[in-house]
Amino acid sequence: MSDTVSNAEKPPILEMRGISKSFGAVKALSDVSFTVREGEIHALVGENGAGKSTLMKVLSGVYPHGSYEGSILFGGEERQFRDINDSEKLGIIIIHQELALIPLMSIAENIFLHTAPSKFGIIDQDERRRRTKALLEKVGLSEAPEMLITNIGVGKQQLVEIAKALSKDVRLLILDEPTASLNETDSAALLELLKEFRRRGITSIMISHKLNEITEIADRITVLRDGRTVGTMDCHAGPVDEDEIVRRMVDRDLDSRYPKREPKIGDVVFEVDNWSAYHPLHSERQVVKNVSMKVRAGEIVGISGLMGAGRTEFAMSLFGRSWGRNITGTAKLHGKEVDLSDVPRAIKAGLAYVTEDRKHLGLVLAEDIRKNISLAHLAGVSNRGVIDDIAEMKVAQEFRGRMRIRSHNVYQETGKLSGGNQQKVVLSKWLFTGPEVLILDEPTRGIDVGAKYEIYTIINELADSGKAVIVISSEMPELIGICDRIVVMHEGAFVGEVAGEEATQENIMRAIMRRKAREQ
Amino acid sequence: MSNPSNTTAAPQQQQRGAGFWKENLREYGMLISLLAIVIIFAYLTNGIILKPLNLTNIILQNSYVVIMALGMLMIIVTGHIDLSVGSVAGFIGGFGAVLMVPYHVDFAVASLICLVLGGIIGAAQGYFIAYLRIPSFIVTLAGMLVFRGLMITVLGSQAIGPFDPSFQKLSSGFIPELISSEGSFYITSFIIGILLAVFLVWQSYQSRARHLSHGVETEPLAFFIVKNVVVFGIIAYIAYLISSYRGMPNVLIIMGVLIAAYAFFTNRTVIGRQIYAVGGNARAAELSGIKTQRLVFWTFVNMGVLAALAGLVVAARLNSATPKAGTGFELDVIAACFIGGASAYGGVGKVTGAVIGAFLMGVMNNGMSILGIGIDLQQVIKGLVLLGAVCVDVYNQRR
Repeated sequence: MSDTVSNAEKPPILEMRGISKSFGAVKALSDVSFTVREGEIHALVGENGAGKSTLMKVLSGVYPHGSYEGSILFGGEERQFRDINDSEKLGIIIIHQELALIPLMSIAENIFLHTAPSKFGIIDQDERRRRTKALLEKVGLSEAPEMLITNIGVGKQQLVEIAKALSKDVRLLILDEPTASLNETDSAALLELLKEFRRRGITSIMISHKLNEITEIADRITVLRDGRTVGTMDCHAGPVDEDEIVRRMVDRDLDSRYPKREPKIGDVVFEVDNWSAYHPLHSERQVVKNVSMKVRAGEIVGISGLMGAGRTEFAMSLFGRSWGRNITGTAKLHGKEVDLSDVPRAIKAGLAYVTEDRKHLGLVLAEDIRKNISLAHLAGVSNRGVIDDIAEMKVAQEFRGRMRIRSHNVYQETGKLSGGNQQKVVLSKWLFTGPEVLILDEPTRGIDVGAKYEIYTIINELADSGKAVIVISSEMPELIGICDRIVVMHEGAFVGEVAGEEATQENIMRAIMRRKAREQ
Repeated sequence: MSNPSNTTAAPQQQQRGAGFWKENLREYGMLISLLAIVIIFAYLTNGIILKPLNLTNIILQNSYVVIMALGMLMIIVTGHIDLSVGSVAGFIGGFGAVLMVPYHVDFAVASLICLVLGGIIGAAQGYFIAYLRIPSFIVTLAGMLVFRGLMITVLGSQAIGPFDPSFQKLSSGFIPELISSEGSFYITSFIIGILLAVFLVWQSYQSRARHLSHGVETEPLAFFIVKNVVVFGIIAYIAYLISSYRGMPNVLIIMGVLIAAYAFFTNRTVIGRQIYAVGGNARAAELSGIKTQRLVFWTFVNMGVLAALAGLVVAARLNSATPKAGTGFELDVIAACFIGGASAYGGVGKVTGAVIGAFLMGVMNNGMSILGIGIDLQQVIKGLVLLGAVCVDVYNQRR
């Protein structure tokens, strides 16, 4: 916080007063007040469904004036936005979590999608190129303006979105979970950029679940809970404690963010030896390099690493070769070599892989809870190829109770559940296959604090029932909080291992950095 | 929330009535639309549409659409499309005619060869689509051209016929009267119809009782009774009408058996379930251990066999194979599936819906022809009905 000046004396750029908004009988916001000072970075936090996104939609005019109660003052004047164009004209720019870039168009085309510099209606390509270059420089990108969006990583795409916002004379930049899909390096770069904007006087509102990032860069933090403002914390008045934020978000004392557990570790269950895999398209690129690991019964092993380290690729190549080519290596279960050459065989052998992308790879969103739970083990609810719908329903109800899935019943579409409940359905699906080895890839991504705690509890129960659990996560505190042992992966290889009780973010990062230094 | 199972039980009960309607509107809506259209045309045509002769004709005329819609539904559910079915049906009809007429192959043998050939054609197209991952639209568009051309080659640009009478019976025959041969009422057919109606009601009662005994939510009792009375009434009435003409057409029996088999297959079997999962989210299905490519491949093989069967039915009905046969069938079949509630994005659609969609189109064709509406205007109306049906469906989905 040393590089920032206190903004306490600065006038507010935005005041939202007494905002209330209902959807039918559901009150999404009630009497929310929210003030942002000129030039600050203001973090907006709260559990999923607390009303953060609704508040931002009210601000940007997605919900037009008249559809909510209360008033909005921007730059000292009352504003009544009819749509998003009205707010954009004043320099209020929102960058959504799901990026709105067109993959097969160039960076320049994307930035100037609506307002291309033109002469007589014909796009002035040179001018567009020149301006794009200038904007990219501001966000620290060295890519050519002609580069297609699809060819750059998610982190850089995020920066292109910000460059696009800058092209519109931004006064208030709103970022909805900007680092949710970024790795540590890209996240750090993005946060640096926000600090740079602050120095130049641009005000930002940042919605995020990542509390460590928030405490690092925010000047002030406003907490929403159940559609109400809980309070605003000033980070310059004294250090803000992450646990304090969590307490305000959930209104109850979580003992800690991670449930306690006494590990009961048994014999080696799962063993991988010399596992390698190559990229499916660029066949010369070895993405997983001679990885070996052992997991014992009742043990939770974390795999840490930067995004792109090859963690997901390792897990998926292991799980029925669903990723990569030229896969070599051996896998043993209880000392016996197992055939994992396709997904059905991997499941049969006793593996389960809970994907990091539950919407695209984990669930059939149009189908109900019941059908999703039975999907990977239909043999368990059928007789000679005919499904016993009563048996299936009972299985689903059992898991719904055990996992505390919140829904009307087991016939509810999974697409209509919250992220945490969706994740519980995916977990149920895999538990129903009766696995001995569970690989959980980013098990709590995009899930709110309360649901995270429940997922951790479930993971602990699984380990305590004697299963071997592997957790892949980009959130180091999470791995430190729940794992008995953490292996560190870097550039496709395991480069270090830390015991759970000794693990800190520093010594994990050190393992990565040491390897990086050696490479240079 | 100390005990979640108790707290959620109460609202579950309250919501039942309204929620049930909302969830099942899609299915029953279809049936109600079909009934409404029948009633409208019955009124407009002064009852001609429900005359025994005409009703039998509607069944005969639409048999091929229904047969192919069963296969097409599964293809659409997996997220694909098959544009080649009309050409394949035409080609197989022509091929069968050449076997039976100039070469005098026995009709049963020839039919079997035709069904196998249909399966091979489906396998060839399915291979490109499932394993080589060429979009089905393109593969089957090519198939549409290829088999149309092959048919003309096989037939040498002329109609081939007539067929052996026993082959004609496939389409134009009726089941024999076993009980009484006198009078004009075919009592055997009527009994079969009534037995079918009783069986369906009994089935639905059994399933309801089974669900209730395990505490599964079911439809409200009043609704259950009304539904079954209506179903029973309609089937009995149709059976009565058909029996007053010449009894049940053979092709109706084939259709009935196929509909029952496919409805069971898609609703109740593991493979049926997997087909829906592939259409709903292919990657998730694959990572759940489902062999998605193999499933897509077999849905196309199945489609080929059904298209071949439809081709034989059409040839038998016309008593000749002509180079024009099968033209535009694919559009009727695809339209039937979409009117019947299948989703163009895959993963959604029911066999019963597709059958109802096929008959809805059939009744409209027939009714408009009786009214003397020109073929030009008929196309316009059918197009608008297709668009309207899908719009209503999309609207219902969004609510």
